[in-house]
Amino acid sequence: MSFPDRKETEVRRMLEGPHPALPPDLAGRAAERGRRMLHRHQVVRTIGWLLLLAAVVAFGVWAAIVEPWAAPPPTDTTPPLEGW
Amino acid sequence: MVRERRAARDGRRAREFEAFVAGAGGRLLHAATLLTGEPTGDTEAAERLLTAALARTYARWDRLRGEDPYDHTRRTLAALFAHRGHRYRRPRGGTLARLTPQERLVLVLRLYEGVAEEQTAAALGLPVERVRAICTRAVTAMRSAAARPGTTGTRPSAGTARSAGTSPSGGTSLSGGTPPSTGTTGTTDRRAATGATGAGTDAGAGAAEAGAGRADAGAGAEAGAGAAP
Repeated sequence: MSFPDRKETEVRRMLEGPHPALPPDLAGRAAERGRRMLHRHQVVRTIGWLLLLAAVVAFGVWAAIVEPWAAPPPTDTTPPLEGW
Repeated sequence: MVRERRAARDGRRAREFEAFVAGAGGRLLHAATLLTGEPTGDTEAAERLLTAALARTYARWDRLRGEDPYDHTRRTLAALFAHRGHRYRRPRGGTLARLTPQERLVLVLRLYEGVAEEQTAAALGLPVERVRAICTRAVTAMRSAAARPGTTGTRPSAGTARSAGTSPSGGTSLSGGTPPSTGTTGTTDRRAATGATGAGTDAGAGAAEAGAGRADAGAGAEAGAGAAP
């Protein structure tokens, strides 16, 4: 075994000391918090989709009323120049 | 219909998560305790850190897509600790109490969890050489701490001065006078045992250790202090 390996093994053994006891309610607390996070993400996602839907509907309504594609075509001659 | 399916998925996720925590929680909590530098009996900050990491894993559970939840939790734990590292600058005892938060993080990831150097570097956003240097420094600090169990708190910064005063080689070559393993006599039994088995390699590795320079100054100092009387 090489020299740094031996040192690392020694420290590794130090790190493996006595394990602390896992509190019995830790999983439940973590799950509850995770559930709230998930719920919050879902709410944010729902709001985002609703906003997108509202934007699409608003655009459709505006386009149907204004009909921007129906504007008169641009004239290809300049108006006569008078008063000189 | 949709509601039923969602309820079923929630139940399955809760069961799987419970089983995962029951299996891996102890090891993760130990890792968190090492990170926060708390004694084994009082792991409040470590529990808070672990709960936050586990909650994120729970929230991602359905989208892990074959990824190991343990890996995910460990990565989250490391990221949370790196983010909140300044809170744990004053450890309250524990195995790694004399190291800085960054050294603790690298040591736990590299040696306790056995994460590869490249992955550790990627997870912490550091170059690989830096991770290696931090790890070597932390290992040296831990070994010198184990050699002198009475000293706590500050780092052994006076190591080179001590070796220059006591070692017969005058401090020019730290490992030139005596093999480092002779310095481990008078420390714990475990160290003495490993020192005896590694004595042959120590003598040969003397030149390599001198080349390692600053990182091994602490080990050299032990050798000098142990060999002088």
